[in-house]
This record gives sequence, C-alpha cells and structure tokens, in this order.
Amino acid sequence: MSHSTALPAAPDSFDFLVREEHHVANGTLLGFWLYLMSDCLIFAALFATYSVLSQSYAGGPTGAELFDLPLVALNTSFLLFSSITYGFAMLQMQQGKLKGTMIWLAITGIFGAAFLGLELFEFYHLIHEGATPQRSAYWSAFFTLVGTHGLHVTFGIIWLITLLVQLRKHGLTVPNRRRLFCLSMFWHFLDVVWIGVFTIVYLMGSMS
Amino acid sequence: MSEHNQHSLDHHDEEGPHSTFSGYMLGFIASVILTAIPFWLVMADVLSSRNATVVVILGFALVQILVHMIYFLHMNFHSEGGWNMLSLIFTIVLLFITLAGSLWVMYHMNANMMPGMMGST
Repeated sequence: MSHSTALPAAPDSFDFLVREEHHVANGTLLGFWLYLMSDCLIFAALFATYSVLSQSYAGGPTGAELFDLPLVALNTSFLLFSSITYGFAMLQMQQGKLKGTMIWLAITGIFGAAFLGLELFEFYHLIHEGATPQRSAYWSAFFTLVGTHGLHVTFGIIWLITLLVQLRKHGLTVPNRRRLFCLSMFWHFLDVVWIGVFTIVYLMGSMS
Repeated sequence: MSEHNQHSLDHHDEEGPHSTFSGYMLGFIASVILTAIPFWLVMADVLSSRNATVVVILGFALVQILVHMIYFLHMNFHSEGGWNMLSLIFTIVLLFITLAGSLWVMYHMNANMMPGMMGST
C-alpha cells in the first residue's frame, strides 16, 4: 500500500517524491476512536476505585439494600434500544434518507433522555434514603462512576440535538455524515460502558 | 456512493464503516439475551454459590462487550489500517493493569492495615 504505482508515469521520469503521502483514511474517525480509548481509561480508573471501595459502607446503607434491579433492567433496556435505533439512523444515512435519519436519531435521543430521567429518579431515591455521596466511600465511588456515565449520556444527547439542527439546516453533507459516525461511536461506546456498570455495580452489588 | 462534494475539506471521511440491518439486529438480539440472563441469574438467585454467579455474569458481560464491539462499533483487524485494533489492545492492557493492579495492591494494603495488626505492634 505504501508505493504509488497507480500513476501512469513515463518510463524515464522516475518519481521518487511521493506526491500524495499515504495517510490513514478517515483520520477524524481514528482520532475520535483514540479519544474514546482515553475515555475508557477514565472509566477504568473509576471502576477500579469502585471495586476497591465496594465494601466500604462505613456502617451506612449497602447497595444490596437499596438497589432496585427491575428499575436498572428497565434502564438497561432503554440504553440498548437507543443503540439499535441509532443503528437504524445510520442505515437510513447510508441510503441517503435525511428524514429517516432524523426520525431515528430523535427516537434515540428520547430513549437516551428516558434513561437519564430514570437514573436521576434513582439518584433522588437513593439520596432520599440517606445514601448520599458523603455517606461513605462506597457511595462516593458509586455516584462518581454512575454519574460520570450519566454525564456522558447528557453530553451525548446535547450533541445529538445539535446534530439534528445541523442535519435540518445542511442535510446529509460529508461533514454531517462524519459527525454522525463519531456520535455513533460515542453512543455505542456508552452502551459498552453501561454493560460494565450494570454487571459490576448493580448485579454484583446486589449480591453482597 | 460516488458523491463528490467540492466544498468538503476532507474527501476521505466519506466512507465510514458499512453497516447492515441484519448485523444490527443480530447484535441487538444477542445483547438482549446476554443482558437478560445475568439479570435473571441475580434476581431469581439461581445459582447457590455467590462466586459462581459472579464469574458467570462477568463472563456474560465480556461476551456482550465483544458483541457490541463487533456488531455496533464495527471493530475488526483492518479498519483504519489496523490502528483501531492496536489502540484498543493497548487500552485493554492498561485497563487490565489498572483494575487488577488496584485490586491486588489495595487488598494487601487493607490486609496489612487491619486494626488488629496495628494494635499488636
């Protein structure tokens, strides 16, 4: 791939200067992927902190006492549905259908908002029960980890709304397609992180 | 897809990963199953041993993460000339060091800082 043999050059003009430097295509997508990997390290640190402090209740309420697993299951399904609806938006984009893309994107946003709403309701309930971030190291770690994920979803929704406005203004232009790809990666990445959250925080927390 | 946009600064970005309906549906159905089973295992308290449940649900989580990576994030060994996969592997190594290292070190720190031990000195 590194030699430029495709150009029909005259036999006497040997071209040692590579005019068009070979670079990785989709530079933006690779760059965004690298950002996601660095984000992954933030979550790794938060997961490690949570795991280390997973028994540090300081005599306060435990996760097993307060977690509402059916609620978490519902929340998980919201996020999972939002992943597949984003996938449908991407399929519509591939076919060049602006309206379909925007509709599926909007549905994704609604699922994301429902997820956030339920998470905030859960936080409110926990704080009401005395499980505030100040109560113990466990709850500090819990709110930092789950809250950071929720914050990511919040920014994802803001980004999604911004993209909807841009799509309506400019249509499926090349920059807009690139942005849709980036948000797609971001959104699916958040779902991947949530797999870790519901397994390690909620399911394992409910057992102890 | 030979749409040429003269105003675009970057022609290379036109082609992202190609996705299919069947790919998304396959990933979605697999994810639903891989999510439902761990929730059922914990909520119905199926396995008697706590450790066995932990191992099984962590296994399901790993498989589901793989499913998401392949069907939703379209990971493979040749996208972006392999740089996607290389950065992912690097991240996984760091992730493993962070998680395993923290747990290992802090477990021993806790063991060495038990009130009983401090009293005996």
